Amino acid sequence: MQKKANIKELIVISGKGGTGKTSLLGAFASLAKDKVLCDADVDAADLYLILEPDIQERHDFQEGHTAIIDPAMCTECGLCRELCRFHAISPEFIVDRIDCEGCGVCVYFCPEDAINFPVKTCGELFVSETRHGPMVHARLGIAEDNSGKLVTLTRKRANELAQKRDLNLILTDGPPGLACPVIASIAGATGVLIVTEPTLSGHHDMDRVVELANHFQIPAFVCINKYDLNVEMTETIEAYAQDKGVPVMGRIPFDPLFTKAMVEKQTIIEYDGSSRAAQAVKEIWERLESGL
Amino acid sequence: MIISIASGKGGTGKTTIATNLAVALGTDVNLLDCDVEEPNDHIFIQPTITHTEKVSLKVPQVDMNKCSLCGKCQEICQFQAIVVVGTTVLTFPELCHSCGGCMEVCPENAITEIDREMGIFESGSRNGLEFAYGRIFVGQVMAVPVIERVRAAVQPDKVNIIDAPPGTSCPVISSVKDTDFLILVTEPTPFGLNDLKLAVDMVKILAIPHGIIINRSDLGDDKVKEYAKEENIPILMEIPFDRQIAETYSKGKLLVVELPEWKERFIHLYEDVVKYAKKS
Repeated sequence: MQKKANIKELIVISGKGGTGKTSLLGAFASLAKDKVLCDADVDAADLYLILEPDIQERHDFQEGHTAIIDPAMCTECGLCRELCRFHAISPEFIVDRIDCEGCGVCVYFCPEDAINFPVKTCGELFVSETRHGPMVHARLGIAEDNSGKLVTLTRKRANELAQKRDLNLILTDGPPGLACPVIASIAGATGVLIVTEPTLSGHHDMDRVVELANHFQIPAFVCINKYDLNVEMTETIEAYAQDKGVPVMGRIPFDPLFTKAMVEKQTIIEYDGSSRAAQAVKEIWERLESGL
Repeated sequence: MIISIASGKGGTGKTTIATNLAVALGTDVNLLDCDVEEPNDHIFIQPTITHTEKVSLKVPQVDMNKCSLCGKCQEICQFQAIVVVGTTVLTFPELCHSCGGCMEVCPENAITEIDREMGIFESGSRNGLEFAYGRIFVGQVMAVPVIERVRAAVQPDKVNIIDAPPGTSCPVISSVKDTDFLILVTEPTPFGLNDLKLAVDMVKILAIPHGIIINRSDLGDDKVKEYAKEENIPILMEIPFDRQIAETYSKGKLLVVELPEWKERFIHLYEDVVKYAKKS
């Protein structure tokens, strides 16, 4: 199959957690046409709670290795403990599953070949159908690493699905933060929407993700959720964004309807499409659609 | 004593709890912000910073005059961070986990380690409250080395309060492991509950005594409370949604300073934490 070059992918990120990424992405899912939905917040995936996906495919996510010492072969020479920089091997020669980095140094140097190095299953990847179109989502195992690789895999799968079904848009829910999973979720995207809130923390965290988007040369847009909790801060943030050349897509009022909709497993558009909050989200979506 | 604060879901109020608890207790407290991707505690604490250092990771540097191109470094590296290409060796420092394997395996002793800077660690104080935090540089992938530097600032003779990042994967584990009690901050919504369950699964693996704080406790449903009851997890505090609280937070101000009735509640929270930590 020929690769389609015109698939657009929008990632919703925030820096700070809990600013409303998933509620907003859910709302976009009920507004946008002909798209694939993708939940790249593999550490705490919540989009499925609104969209109730009907899982069609389920795949194990295998990545990295973990060292396991075979006590029958181990002579307790201590070389592995000496070499392990992650202090993952106990004086009783048991490898701590959480501390083990999977570097394989102990495996390589063990004079008795007493250390096994099996591949880890760190999570699951799902391809599903929802009432708003196909969705790719994942679940990272508890206390696992390699979240960045699972994010990349989830987005790749969403892209393949878009090509196969001839859909031109991917809407991706990103993780909070700034490091590995966020970088994996925005690399190569058409654009990122940064959802922030009018607090000093929200401002601080947004500044860092704006810098991150610039660093990777990805066009960024900003919107301010719960703007009326501090209008002055909203204005400060908007001025900052404009100064940085980041277009402001709009403001969403604080509204407990978002929580009510979530409890009913609905998007704000489905729950009360005529509410002020829903109208604000619609306007943001229209601007984004033409901005992409 | 080390009390850590985590949440699964972001934006539930970890920073609010960590900073207000620390300031309410006043002295003999050491507040450590381990959310090095997006640290916020310093905004509320406004500490006087007395120490700044760069945090770096050891990554390989190959001396091509000594290298025989044998490829053993590439073979041992699990992270594709060192590769032999033609007559040279390429390193990819951003992929390196600093395990030291390549240096150890090199038969020519051609590999040494150099520092790669990943972020900043800072410490200081405010009115007798000790404070430390880290922040990774924008564009850096790995948060854990900076988190570990912050964790190294734990002071055994003080009450240490650790503000962890959201989620349940490696950065959270590095922040909360080997702590005496974990406060899980949640909100009574389907997202809050879903992520709380993931966080509880994590705490069980780490075997840390824990309790729950429900923030914006009147915006949502009763399912978090039902879950806590089923799982026999104590609810340590409930904070209703209040515009005054939201505004105080938005300005980077502390509840225990602006709304003094909260000071007693946070001291009471600490007493409960000590009680539950001892029980288990």
